Amino acid sequence: MAEIQVKSVRKTFGKVKAVWDVDLTVHDREFVVLLGPSGCGKTTLLRCIAGLERVDQGHIYIGQRNVTDLPPKRRQIAMVFQNYAVFPHLTVFENVAFGLRMQHKPKDEVKKRVQAAAELLHIEELLDRYPAQLSGGQRQRVAVARAIAIDALVLLMDEPLSNLDALLRLEMRAELKRLLQEIEATTLYVTHDQVEALSLGDRIAVMRSGQILQYDTPLNVYDKPANLFIGGFIGNPPMNFLDGEVRTEDGQVVVHTGGGDIYPPSDVGAMLSRLKEPSVLVGIRAENIETLPAPTKGALQAEVLVVEPLGSHNLITMQLGPEQVKVNTSADFKAQPGQALWLRLNIDKICWIEKATGRAMYPD
Amino acid sequence: MNLKRFNWEPYLLLLPSILYLALFFAWPMVQSFGLAFRTDDGQLTLAHMQRMFNDVGFTKALRNTVMLIIAIVPLQFILALIMALLMMERLRGSDMLVYIYSIPLAISDLAAGIIWFSIFTERGYLNSFLYSLGVIDKPFLFLNYQTKWPLVAIVLAEVWRATSIVFVVLVAGLQSIPRDYVEAAEVFGAGWFARVWRVILPLLRPSIQTALILRTILAVQVFAVVSAIAGRGMTVLANEAYLWYREYRNPHLAATYAMFILTISLITAFIYLRALRTKEEMIL
Amino acid sequence: MKQKTFSRRLIGRVLAYLLAILIALWILIPIYFITVAAFSPKDVIYSWPKSLLPQTISLETLLFFINAQYVLDSLWNSVKVALLTLVISLVIGAPAGYALARYIFPGKDVYRIMILSTRAFPIVILSIPLAVTFMQWDLYDKLISVALLHVAMALPTTILVTSSVFMGVSKELEEAATVFGCNRIQAFTRVALPLALPGLAASAIFTFVLSWNEVFAATILTIQNRTLPARMFVQLAASPIPFRFAGGFFILVPAVVFMFFIRRYLFSLWGITLK
Repeated sequence: MAEIQVKSVRKTFGKVKAVWDVDLTVHDREFVVLLGPSGCGKTTLLRCIAGLERVDQGHIYIGQRNVTDLPPKRRQIAMVFQNYAVFPHLTVFENVAFGLRMQHKPKDEVKKRVQAAAELLHIEELLDRYPAQLSGGQRQRVAVARAIAIDALVLLMDEPLSNLDALLRLEMRAELKRLLQEIEATTLYVTHDQVEALSLGDRIAVMRSGQILQYDTPLNVYDKPANLFIGGFIGNPPMNFLDGEVRTEDGQVVVHTGGGDIYPPSDVGAMLSRLKEPSVLVGIRAENIETLPAPTKGALQAEVLVVEPLGSHNLITMQLGPEQVKVNTSADFKAQPGQALWLRLNIDKICWIEKATGRAMYPD
Repeated sequence: MNLKRFNWEPYLLLLPSILYLALFFAWPMVQSFGLAFRTDDGQLTLAHMQRMFNDVGFTKALRNTVMLIIAIVPLQFILALIMALLMMERLRGSDMLVYIYSIPLAISDLAAGIIWFSIFTERGYLNSFLYSLGVIDKPFLFLNYQTKWPLVAIVLAEVWRATSIVFVVLVAGLQSIPRDYVEAAEVFGAGWFARVWRVILPLLRPSIQTALILRTILAVQVFAVVSAIAGRGMTVLANEAYLWYREYRNPHLAATYAMFILTISLITAFIYLRALRTKEEMIL
Repeated sequence: MKQKTFSRRLIGRVLAYLLAILIALWILIPIYFITVAAFSPKDVIYSWPKSLLPQTISLETLLFFINAQYVLDSLWNSVKVALLTLVISLVIGAPAGYALARYIFPGKDVYRIMILSTRAFPIVILSIPLAVTFMQWDLYDKLISVALLHVAMALPTTILVTSSVFMGVSKELEEAATVFGCNRIQAFTRVALPLALPGLAASAIFTFVLSWNEVFAATILTIQNRTLPARMFVQLAASPIPFRFAGGFFILVPAVVFMFFIRRYLFSLWGITLK
């Protein structure tokens, strides 16, 4: 297995800048997820690394080798496609064996490897069948088996789970993670599903409009998003954002929001006071807001609009000043539309966004 | 554009076809034009054209061709439409029906002519049938070129043979109409006829247009059917072209006839493209 | 009220079936007649009235036809021309169809429109100048020249049909093949071609049938080496009726039989789905 290095890669389609000045390094045996909304360039980037698209500018290295001008077959990669691309005219065995056959591997080695891959994916009994006789989930397994059967340096996956139904997707996600940990593959995985990204990746590269906005561990991307977009994109429900004005009163930094005042910790306060423009967005996730039934010091008053009981918890939409926020509460928390509640924000979990640029600020 | 990365693959794949069609399609066209409007010495002339228009055979051929087209095309359309709508009804054995209805596509116009000749000929099946019904006791000479009957026979033969072409285009068009539209019409009270007239036909307009153009262009070239049924008794434009080339050994006149056929084809295509557009506004 | 609509519907249904069957009969009965005629002995063919059900079945007429001068030759010529047409149009047309299906490139629409517009041009207009040209090139009265003209007729359709066949094969499959070790040509031959084969075969057979049936060009371009329809046409007035019937039958049968075998693919090519 080996490292993937992408240096200053650009790819345009006509006038559309699909990938623009992207740098990326995937370490050996690392599982990196390319995450982003439709059209952000993640699939294009993956295809450039695979060699299915020619880059306009920049270089790509796989395992220290410059593969920029090489066709896919010379890059020592394996790939799982979104629609599986399992060859309909070949049996499952021949499908899994395809890469090995193209490498002219001897018969018994082919048999051995196909068998091993099939076992890992639990499709040993399907080897004689044709893809038309298989379900979608089974075909997907064949596609994965085909990819791990060969000695590829890196494994590329293009939204492999997106065509499965919800339940199957959940199962396959866990199975995939376990499998890839076991074979210790360097993997680059594309998805638009942020839950998948958080669950699977060692690191996530969040992309938008052809560029990588943040490249970090799932925890950091979740807790410390680099900007407004990422904060709103990751997490379900998306991060709440409140308009805030930074003021210094009596030597203390205070942020005025429509729903009340927030007092940041001193290091954050120092950072905020240095802003050229004092407008900020206070980002806070639904699970980091404590809901109190009675007025409490430091808590902001809000009115319940909608209560959605989701089984494991309640999702409550509240009117906080001029804005609406979504808050998680325990399942047995009773609330009625129109009721007044008090919200205490977890100060340490607030993500402070500079309104002018949309970038998140973190104290050094 | 980065010239080094210019992808020549598709052009390479297209090249043989472009060369071939240039050689065996475009060039003969130009040649045809040349033959029709030049003398043997290569001088531009309208003499051939004039000769064609004054030719006795021309008037007859034109009249016959036009009569055939006027009789055949509408009939075919109605029949093909009925056949296509029947397909929509989801009858048992539709698969077999679709196959049967498209069998004539495989039938040469010469074979079709011979077949209908066998029906209309003096000792043919039609006369035998009429005799068995007691309608006649002596064979009726249908293919007497002094009557209109040969025309009828030819019309029947062409309707029989070429309706499939229209049928296939219409069925494909019909199947591409989402059922939702028809079902919505039904829910909102449209009866069968209303559904056909107000929903299906307007949505079928592109297919109808394609089929009409295709069919008319083919109809202008009608050739072997006529000879098979009426022999020398009746001539059409394509036949005149053939005669002038083969028997009178005048490729110039033959080419002139060919150009005339081409002109009619293009004019009718143009007319249909216009007419069907306005018709749509009327239906809606 | 319910009963009224039910019986109305039933009548409608019955009428539909009746109509469908009537039309089917209208198509099949003439074919039946020519078959009966071809398998009738000569005296029956000349006799009148003919019984609508065959009384005697005999190979007399067919044998008379086959053994007539030049008939076997012209049958064989038809086969040769049709095969040549099939092969050439596929060899030239399929790559073009593949290019249309897989690539986006400047000029694609122009090319497409040009191909589509060839349908508007009658074949009549090609055969006469080509006859003159072929004479100059000493290609006159050769089977290859008929095939060349037939290819010109069939090529546009072949290109469009093969294009839709290849579009039906997912591009991802060829991409997967290149990832797993194939170059572009191998990806085509190992993955795209096998999957496109049924559609290509259907298109090829349809081209064969088209060439087999063609009369005008074949008659113009040949004198001695005629195809079957050309020979039949030229001799039409002079041939006795049994000869014509047998000839018609011979032209008819292979075409109808071939169409039967490829009907499913043809229908899917034209965009018709069978239930």
